[in-house]
Amino acid sequence: MSNQDQHRIPVFDALSQHFKENAHQALGNQQLRHNMRSAMDSLMTKRLASMSDEYEREHLRELGNHIRARALSKLPDLLEKLEANLTKQGVQVHWAETTDQANQIILEIAQRRQAKHFIKGKSMVSEELNMNHYLQHHGIEALESDMGEYIIQLDHERPSHIIVPAIHKSAKQVGHLFENKLHTQYTDDVDTLIQTGRKILRQKFFEADIGISGVNFAVAETGSLFLVENEGNGRMSTTVPPVHIAITGIEKVVENLRDTVALVSLLTRSALGQAITTYVNLISSPRKADELDGPEEVHLVLLDNGRTQAFADAQLRQTLNCIRCGACMNHCPVYTRIGGQAYGTVYPGPIGKIISPHLMGLDKTEDLPIASTLCGACGEVCPVKIPIPELLRRLREEDVRPPEETPHTVKGQGARFSRKERLMWKVWKTLNTKPALYRNFSLLATRFRALTPNIMAWSQNHSKAKPAKHTLHELARKHLGEQ
Amino acid sequence: MTARENILKKLRTSLEGTTPRPDDFNVELVTKPWSYGDTQGKIKQLRTMMESVRTEIHQTTKASWVALFADLLKQKQVNNLLYAPTTEWGKQIDNYWQQNTDLPTLKLYDRLVDEWKNELFFEIESSITSTLGGIAATGSLIVWPNREEPRLMSLVPPIHFAILEASKIVDNFYDAQQKLNWVENTPTNALLISGPSKTADIEQVLAYGAHGPKELIVLILVDV
Repeated sequence: MSNQDQHRIPVFDALSQHFKENAHQALGNQQLRHNMRSAMDSLMTKRLASMSDEYEREHLRELGNHIRARALSKLPDLLEKLEANLTKQGVQVHWAETTDQANQIILEIAQRRQAKHFIKGKSMVSEELNMNHYLQHHGIEALESDMGEYIIQLDHERPSHIIVPAIHKSAKQVGHLFENKLHTQYTDDVDTLIQTGRKILRQKFFEADIGISGVNFAVAETGSLFLVENEGNGRMSTTVPPVHIAITGIEKVVENLRDTVALVSLLTRSALGQAITTYVNLISSPRKADELDGPEEVHLVLLDNGRTQAFADAQLRQTLNCIRCGACMNHCPVYTRIGGQAYGTVYPGPIGKIISPHLMGLDKTEDLPIASTLCGACGEVCPVKIPIPELLRRLREEDVRPPEETPHTVKGQGARFSRKERLMWKVWKTLNTKPALYRNFSLLATRFRALTPNIMAWSQNHSKAKPAKHTLHELARKHLGEQ
Repeated sequence: MTARENILKKLRTSLEGTTPRPDDFNVELVTKPWSYGDTQGKIKQLRTMMESVRTEIHQTTKASWVALFADLLKQKQVNNLLYAPTTEWGKQIDNYWQQNTDLPTLKLYDRLVDEWKNELFFEIESSITSTLGGIAATGSLIVWPNREEPRLMSLVPPIHFAILEASKIVDNFYDAQQKLNWVENTPTNALLISGPSKTADIEQVLAYGAHGPKELIVLILVDV
């Protein structure tokens, strides 16, 4: 095993069908569990410290929910308004139903500009597109510039968290990675590692033909792209190259500029416990004729990729309230133990479990809705009050509904449907709704309790659940008779 | 049908028979907990927030800030300074520089970035910009770049000085949007800057100077 491999967190299979195997593998990785545990503990403490006033926190969450729900209740009109305002200000707006369409739009812009080097700010939607790989296939370099993203790109991994993508790695592991890939002298001093990244990436910002970014909120009222970040890589990516392409899901629109006041406060405090990030960047136009810098062209790509499916159902639509803070991950007992990569999806953790089935289909994410203890922590901390546990239960129903049953609300519905299981529940229902049958069954079950079979996986780690010697009815009769 | 038409049609079909949610935005919720009294209260809150993320802050006056600024530049041993000579602050810098020696070379951002990108990226050591005000609640500077002070002026040089007039500090982001009539005057690019560039991407350890300025120094002018 090479020096590099010794310090590597294994890359999980990217297919979510292997979620269970990935989870087993992750649970056996002590380094990963240590890294995740300490990071999540720290993030939870910081969030609570920054939102210590319960009245303020809970009322602001309520307001955040109303702002997002209001935007979704008029989403098509707001998208048109956003497009009209951006176009008026010189930003070119593109629409894509699929990730393929979005990639083609981006490639066409690149080819028209003869661009060979992309520099990327942080964007989860670009991960949805698998954009880096797509561009590389067409001879274009797409380099991540968020330090966390840069680290995992160097190690050929995918983000394990939507806010802190390299959270699963320790400083020692990053030190060895830089030593191996960048041929620098080994150090685990974080300042030195960051300065190494700064130096390399500054040159890349300088050379880049096109900058890519995501969007935190797209403000319909003013036609503004609202971006938050701490490093400055977002500002660099959207300002230095001659072309800026922003990509976002269609649900990220808010109606008014003032709506961002509440949402940005909820976002940054929920994510990292910060009152605000170092940079809040509002972009409303490319470089104007009399300006000396800023991109000559700004594009916005609006992506559907399954969002209209979630939108079509009033209950599942709440999934689209998400402002991508990651608080649900930080508080999830499952995520904390297995890390984000085990999910095999772009969005891990609780939010990933409810959004990925819409992006990929339930048939490719069938285990995600059941990968939860339903403890409710995710719902309790969500800054925009998405009822995640309720939506997980709903997706579990969709997971076991017969594939042919209508309405077919979620693509891949019935991925976990089993005729045997359905039959067992029918038998159970009959036994429990026919008194004579119930009496006979419970009598047999108690008298022949020694013959109780092993019940699937339960018995592997628990004592076998055997019926009592006497039924509840018998015990009650005996008790009442003695009185 | 185009992708645009398909997406909008699907969304509209899903909303058939529904009415838009009312706008019940609660202004008090985003202003009342974030109010700090008079100018002194606002300065105190802003300082607390900005200094907690390693911003260097100096309170000074309109008459004495340039001398203090020149001293700070000497202490930091910078060789050059990017400034905008046409602003009120730039004119004061010009005057002071004419009367004093041994000061950093003054550099102008008076050409398209493409014409001097190499120098901007790899030779400029510091810059000074004005601000439209500050936000006490979050410890933020409000910066709307323009021709005189372009976007990269506050981002690329490793040391960024910013002038903040105390009278232009507002309580919170909502008040900032109102005071600047932000909706009507949408700028090309608007920024809130709340400290030097930083990251905690490696093991949650906070490190400064990730991509933008490594140092942010704010000069608060208390008499204007």
